[in-house]
Amino acid sequence: MLSLRQKPHPHAPNWPEYFRQRAAAAHSPLLARYFETGMPSPHTPIGEVEMVALDLETTGMDPRRHAIVSVGMVPFTLSRVRLAERRYWVVRPTRPLSSKSITLHRITHSEIADAPDLAHILPELLEMLTGRLAVVHFRHIERPFLNAAVKARLGGEGLRFPVIDTMSLEARRHRLSLWARFRRWMRRPPVSIRLHDSRLRYGLPPYQGHHALLDALATAELLQAQIATHYRPQTPIGELWS
Amino acid sequence: MDVELLEIRQHMAQFPPFDGLSDELLDEVAGQVEVSYFKAGTDILTLDQEVHELCYIRSGAVEVYRRSGDLYNRLGEGDILGHFSLLRNHRVRFPATALEDTLIYFIPESVFRRLCEADEHFADFVELGRPRLEAAVEDQKKANDMMITRVRKLLTRYPVMVEATATVQETARQITAAQASAALVLDAAGDNPRYSFADSEERVWEMSGILTDSDFRTRVVAEGLPPDTPVGRLVGKPPITIQSDESVYEAMLTMLRNNIHHLPVLHRRRPVGIVHLSDIIRYETHSSLYLVSNIYSQSSVAGLAKLAPDVRAAFVRMVEEGASSHMVGSALSTIGRSFTRRLLELAERELGPPPVPYCFMVNGSMARDEQSIVTDQDNALVLSDDFDPERHDAYFLALAQRVSDGLHACGYTYCKGDVMATNAQWRQPLSVWKRYFSDWIDDPTPERLLHSSIFFDLDSAFGEEDYVEQLQDLLATKAAKSPLFLAAMARNALNRTPPLGIFRTFVMEKDGEQNNSINLKRRGTAPLVDLIRVHALACGSRAQNSFERLDDIARTQLLAPGVGEKLRYALEFLAMSRIRHQVIDLQQDREPDNNIEPENVADSERHNLKDAFQVLSNAQKFLKYRYPMPSRSHHRSR
Repeated sequence: MLSLRQKPHPHAPNWPEYFRQRAAAAHSPLLARYFETGMPSPHTPIGEVEMVALDLETTGMDPRRHAIVSVGMVPFTLSRVRLAERRYWVVRPTRPLSSKSITLHRITHSEIADAPDLAHILPELLEMLTGRLAVVHFRHIERPFLNAAVKARLGGEGLRFPVIDTMSLEARRHRLSLWARFRRWMRRPPVSIRLHDSRLRYGLPPYQGHHALLDALATAELLQAQIATHYRPQTPIGELWS
Repeated sequence: MDVELLEIRQHMAQFPPFDGLSDELLDEVAGQVEVSYFKAGTDILTLDQEVHELCYIRSGAVEVYRRSGDLYNRLGEGDILGHFSLLRNHRVRFPATALEDTLIYFIPESVFRRLCEADEHFADFVELGRPRLEAAVEDQKKANDMMITRVRKLLTRYPVMVEATATVQETARQITAAQASAALVLDAAGDNPRYSFADSEERVWEMSGILTDSDFRTRVVAEGLPPDTPVGRLVGKPPITIQSDESVYEAMLTMLRNNIHHLPVLHRRRPVGIVHLSDIIRYETHSSLYLVSNIYSQSSVAGLAKLAPDVRAAFVRMVEEGASSHMVGSALSTIGRSFTRRLLELAERELGPPPVPYCFMVNGSMARDEQSIVTDQDNALVLSDDFDPERHDAYFLALAQRVSDGLHACGYTYCKGDVMATNAQWRQPLSVWKRYFSDWIDDPTPERLLHSSIFFDLDSAFGEEDYVEQLQDLLATKAAKSPLFLAAMARNALNRTPPLGIFRTFVMEKDGEQNNSINLKRRGTAPLVDLIRVHALACGSRAQNSFERLDDIARTQLLAPGVGEKLRYALEFLAMSRIRHQVIDLQQDREPDNNIEPENVADSERHNLKDAFQVLSNAQKFLKYRYPMPSRSHHRSR
């Protein structure tokens, strides 16, 4: 298959260095503990890192206007997704639910009235993230939403961390490759890189979606499949994260 | 249980050996799996590798090889591998490679061990190591069994669920998108905990109704309702539902009983799917239940009589597939009632509607849901108190005659004791029946005791159920307060005693006499049923089935601890022995009867029979002391 060998993300910061700085500067003990554990160097093979698949269900797409409704996390490595260690929380969004998100998640005002604020689960959530490389499908949701939520609760200090975005990995194959450009030139419709459609290309079973934990599991399996198909366990994480 | 793991649980629940697991065990498995993806061509298990997990193929295909490198087996979705190694030395004997891109669920050894301990079917499956084909054939046989298969196995998708505020148009769209034919309507939880459940996000809902394809026709379009009508306005009451680990058989019965075609399936209180009648028909077209629906579609006695061989075939199959005596008994009773009902419908069609309301009552084994393949008919008519013999009896005699002749033609022979609705004595208005019952209890003569032992197992088969319920009420309240009656019934229950046991080819009697055969009904199940009936009457139980009566008795102090369980085992064993020997008779083209011939009794069965007879004998001795004749007898001279 035709494709361009991908270089590391051009804008990817030096994550281990970033973590050291944040650890030194952190005011919140929660964040200090998180950043002190550090991040492996970009040369570390993907087969050797501990990862955690992360999925948020939110009331919309904009972290400034919308809020988190539920969080699903599943720790995994290239060889195993460990379901027994899964975590899942429903949280009370700080902003009102739109009618659109009610239809999408079937969530109503009364149902989440009893759920805790994200602040209550933040220690456990950070604990799950600590020492693990986060994996998401579509990085423009999980990272900005968590950042905004943490800023609002920990006195303005944000949360940034590297992620492997399985959607970006699909886009590299299907949107940016020579083959994809050829298809575009031929005016063929673009290949869908949504989670469900991407999974089908790797022979992964269809899951009935829109549940944060199930989507996290689906994302973890997709990354295993992507690495097994297009990369190697020795591929350095610097080539994959952003 | 986390609903998010339903995806995993539901998948495993479709495949052996997981299909037989209880919901609790399945939950445990689903929560503990580890997942891994294998590209086509990569190794899943390598020779001599140490293993501590069972592999379950979620998707893809796997090839298993012999040590020599020859292909040993090819496995697909829902198959397991690695169990031989887990049970032996934890070394891989047969290496496995992904033939296609494959997703494996790894089940930890600790969970695997627990499943083996907790579930016999699971343990058999993984331990027997049967060749694949043989295993598949056997599982297929099992899978066909509606009595044992759990209804969740028929589910292919989650139910479509909408809030009561959703419009009919939106609901129709969702049903169409899901390629379903019904939707459940949910409300924010109200005050009825019976119908409320928490969803994946811990939100509490209440199921307020079901909306089916035909509702859209009859309740929306035909009524000219606009597309923005909220569905909440269309549904009245919570739907009839079934638990996911109930049998397919029970689901079918529920649908037939309530005349519904969609049945929501619940895991505890959470809806996990909707079964449609066609799912069941498609699943099983030759079962006893297909037979039931076939009975209702016959339009003549001749047509019904032609179904008699099918009843026998269904009976043999049920037994071969491992049904318990309770299952066999209730299936045959259901079939018997269906014949009765259909005959009544046909008779009414011919004779016209009844001049006064009536209830067609069944008695004896059919009322107890304990019918066997060798059975006669015990029935009666309970008529409205408006009944006037001069004007109405000709109609009911004709009705009774048709049913009785029809049943005889279908293999339910005439009752030798003339306990049939054709007998004028047993074709009476409710008030007369009440007087019968009261008299039998107040003054138990030997003849009346005989009536009691037949009519005090009673159930309605057709018509005004309320009449028979009133008689059941009378019995439940009056009998328990009549020590004289209970004492007389107890003595009556001792008329038939069990033999000592079987020795070589002879039946050993307690006096040393030897016989060549034994009537297992007369010497085993019947006296046991009589004995259980006495205790049931004494504790005011309204149950008719002997096992259910034992449940009621167990809630009282009537029996010493543990005795009820022994009686249960003894009854199950004796009843199954009788049933198995009837199957042998049928398979050897003999007319089945209640006799067993000692030469056909295996060693293990012989020991168990002896134990069961012993339990019965001890229980009979106890009966006399438990219900003594009252010293100051109030009963009139006989």
